[in-house]
Amino acid sequence: MIGESMYQELILEHYKHPQGRGLRDPYDAEVHHVNPTCGDEVTLRVKVADGGKVLDVSYDGQGCSISQAAASVLHELATGSTVEESLSVVDEFTRLMQGRGQVEPDEDVLGDAVAFAGVAKFPARVKCALLAWMAYKDALMRSQG
Amino acid sequence: MSAPGFDVERIRKDFPVLGRELPGGRSLVYLDSGNSSQKPAQVVEAMRDHLTWHYGNVGRALHVLGSESTEAYEGARDKIAAFVQAPSRDEIVFTKNASEALNLVAYAFGNPVGEDERFRIGPGDEIVISEMEHHSNIVPWQLLAQRTGATLRWFPVTDEGRLDVGGLEELVNERTKIVSITHQSNVLGTVNSVSPILARVREVGALMMLDASQSVPHQPVDVTELGVDFVAFTGHKMVGPSGIGVLWGRRELLDAMPPFLGGGEMIEAVWMDHSTYAPVPHKFEAGTPPIVEAIGLGAAADYLTAVGMDQIKAHEKELVAYALEALPEVPGLRIIGPHTPIARGGTISFTLEGIHPHDVGQILDDVYGIAVRVGHHCARPLHLRFGIPATTRASFYLYNTTAEIDALVRGLHHVQKVFG
Repeated sequence: MIGESMYQELILEHYKHPQGRGLRDPYDAEVHHVNPTCGDEVTLRVKVADGGKVLDVSYDGQGCSISQAAASVLHELATGSTVEESLSVVDEFTRLMQGRGQVEPDEDVLGDAVAFAGVAKFPARVKCALLAWMAYKDALMRSQG
Repeated sequence: MSAPGFDVERIRKDFPVLGRELPGGRSLVYLDSGNSSQKPAQVVEAMRDHLTWHYGNVGRALHVLGSESTEAYEGARDKIAAFVQAPSRDEIVFTKNASEALNLVAYAFGNPVGEDERFRIGPGDEIVISEMEHHSNIVPWQLLAQRTGATLRWFPVTDEGRLDVGGLEELVNERTKIVSITHQSNVLGTVNSVSPILARVREVGALMMLDASQSVPHQPVDVTELGVDFVAFTGHKMVGPSGIGVLWGRRELLDAMPPFLGGGEMIEAVWMDHSTYAPVPHKFEAGTPPIVEAIGLGAAADYLTAVGMDQIKAHEKELVAYALEALPEVPGLRIIGPHTPIARGGTISFTLEGIHPHDVGQILDDVYGIAVRVGHHCARPLHLRFGIPATTRASFYLYNTTAEIDALVRGLHHVQKVFG
């Protein structure tokens, strides 16, 4: 049962009950990212306060449990943190996902996102997990730009 | 229950991989032959034998190995010509896949090198495809339209997944230069009825091409009986190797078309400022061809012929009828395509309510060793037509069994337990 280790309870929980889903106003930047191999897509908005605090990450999209749960976890982790803090989480998450299952995740940085560690062993699914996170990074850059 | 003389267990023994154990002790249930089929030992052995004992370049080497290779390569052409009942072996052009065969024909249009009126195309002219095409029978025609200013049009698809030919008279008209549609849909399984469309194509003086990638492996195909002008198919879906495809075309049209790729062996004579070209089929086979792949494809045709294409068709019909009964038992399962085993092949695509195909495919593979394909199967416009981003697709071949369909149904019940 290799695959079921990928579908951690926490991932299924987020998939069935996504947090912060739906596009909201106001926002500083909106991006739309797609995964052409599977048709997953996400539209994501960020609102950042003057002091660099992330006030809201809102999103909508369609895709597999991994991509949708990853967006939900991202919302929870990023909202309320600072741009700088959240970018370090994105970096650690990216490092974990691209580590082919060989990277020891830093739980202190990743929090709930550590549940995705098993996904890294499935190269075909890594892009699913990263979809919303890359969209978030892109949206932040645009909002700062 | 099977067609007389058809022994699926004996056939399975020719495909060693079907007896393979996957990591974790799972046995393999291969339901992805529409994507690419497995290869019997006979094909592998024919290729191994040639590479080991007979290999040389074809058409140009005078030594023993060159002659043996040429004989085997051209022998494969004879086998393929016989397999699809081509009137002449010269009408079989080896390409690297079906996509290249389709592109070869698309690039013959609007090419200033060619002079034949039938391949002249420009603004005001029309190209007709359908909404159920694989990207390989869409994009080459989009590119042709962009290059020449011609208009691309298409047959719609009905809710049942059949070609909607209601607008045939208007859609195919005196402005139409070519109609290119799939013989059998790689998503819906639908087998299209060619003759009504062909009759209209002839009325308006256009040409007709079939993408037969999903039909030639699964049913007897007689290009003469079909009566169209071009047929494309590929080796790897018909128990042959990848890297080899086939274009069949009417001799007279192939003669009239300009060359596609320029290079070695496609010429008659070359001067610094111009060339004359080899007769067909070599005019379209520039450079060293996929020699061993062609030989492997010849062996694949031999293998399928020995089993019997009628038998294979009957076996798959049984499998698809069984699956069309069994799959709807799974709650929330929606079949995209015809629900009856009439005029349809052994490919079934479906959605499971609320569960993304990627999750379906992952659980089926990881828990049950069931290989299906998930995604849009290179037919994104068709999925847009049905308002869905992706489907899960099970596709059957001569080596599949009803027990494997039972395993699929069990697997789908489990998927629902995980995500329900």
